[in-house]
Amino acid sequence: MSGDNGFQSERTRLAWARTVLALTAVTALVLRITVTQGARGALLSGLALLGWAAVVALGRRRVAQLPAPMTDGRIVALTALVIVGYAILGVTLVLTGVGPTPP
Amino acid sequence: MWRRIRQWGDPRELREIGTTPDYRFSLANERTYLAWLRTGLALMAGGLAAAQFLSAMPLPYLREAIAIALLLLGTVVVIRAVDRWARTERAMRLGEDLPVSRFPAILSVVIGLGGLLLVAAVVIQAVHVR
Repeated sequence: MSGDNGFQSERTRLAWARTVLALTAVTALVLRITVTQGARGALLSGLALLGWAAVVALGRRRVAQLPAPMTDGRIVALTALVIVGYAILGVTLVLTGVGPTPP
Repeated sequence: MWRRIRQWGDPRELREIGTTPDYRFSLANERTYLAWLRTGLALMAGGLAAAQFLSAMPLPYLREAIAIALLLLGTVVVIRAVDRWARTERAMRLGEDLPVSRFPAILSVVIGLGGLLLVAAVVIQAVHVR
């Protein structure tokens, strides 16, 4: 590896960490709605946590491969798929009624 | 585009075409993909926050419309991120020019217009209250 590697592995690892952090914030916003919704909410909370855990696992697996480049498109596609799942969950919650938080 | 989406799930396809590029370029492509994911996540977070924290909207269902628009915009950003990653990876392996796109410019205009609407709403509300 040349001296000009620009901390490539570290930068990529940190990029994954930031992405997981952003997902964690979105998960918290989803859970804030679902935990108040009884049995249905418990199911949706479980789904949200499962998706979060899946992305954490995918990120860990990918970071372990560094500095090898990512040739497995499945990690890319699956990570995006989980995030799209959050959007679908969010739209479902909005359509079935999320009131503003009472003051 | 749908043909390409089916190809994402097949890791062999990427390894078999062309030659492996400098790993730095490949990792930069990966980080760009992750940055787009965070952009999409930020839009979704905005949608979820709008659904929960906006109150006293002047029109019925305006809050829900804002929330769903942001969630859908985030979805488009994330799906496009995967497509973009695959196309860039493929172009680098084949030594072709990187794909060009109007998407970042369009997204900027959409977000800018959204910002202007918010400014207008705040100003109108302030004048109205007085």
